[in-house]
Amino acid sequence: MLFFSYFKDMVGREVTVELKNDLAIRGTLHSVDQYLNIKLENTSVVDEDKYPHMRSVRNCFIRGSVVRYVQLPPDGVDIELLHDATRREARGG
Amino acid sequence: MATGLGLESLVDQTISVITNDGRNIVVRHCVAYVANTGLETLYFADFLILFQGVLRGFDQATNLILDESHERVYSTKFAVDVKQDALEGVQQLVLGLYIIRGDNISVVGELDEDLDSNLDMSKLRAHPLKPVVH
Repeated sequence: MLFFSYFKDMVGREVTVELKNDLAIRGTLHSVDQYLNIKLENTSVVDEDKYPHMRSVRNCFIRGSVVRYVQLPPDGVDIELLHDATRREARGG
Repeated sequence: MATGLGLESLVDQTISVITNDGRNIVVRHCVAYVANTGLETLYFADFLILFQGVLRGFDQATNLILDESHERVYSTKFAVDVKQDALEGVQQLVLGLYIIRGDNISVVGELDEDLDSNLDMSKLRAHPLKPVVH
């Protein structure tokens, strides 16, 4: 639940989602659900010349199970806060 | 708690689906493609297929019901070099009503019809997408 809450706080920010098929999609985080499925708006594929398959797509839904990385804006991570939260969750509280 | 909230807005819209196992579908499809064009040999792995259709339904496992669906087959530069005149950039094949199991789905994109009609399909070339490796 921690990362679900974390990503909910990131809604509206610009992120790059790298998939397990090496496709990387950049866009504004629109929503996230409990499976960590991600919805992006104003998307663009990072290497669009190589992968033009999504050229006519501006909004997309990405299944959580195929996400490899989510690249966040540098100021999107409060490391101290996340540290504390992960430790609290690991203790079961 | 909300389930699958992402797809509700896409119902009855035209969508474009990228599947996990592009390669397998590719091979099956290309055999048919070769038969249609009368070419003896083609490079199976050099094609990629995208599903497109109108989303009629979905569930929390991202199983999709696609109506009026068709496949888009992208050729690569390499394949085109081999048979310059024989290949279109993108081929479309009608499939009809399909259910795609959620396990196989990577991305569901909302198709912008204006952007899509402005694409020059005859010139479009694409690298094959790698299959998803979990």
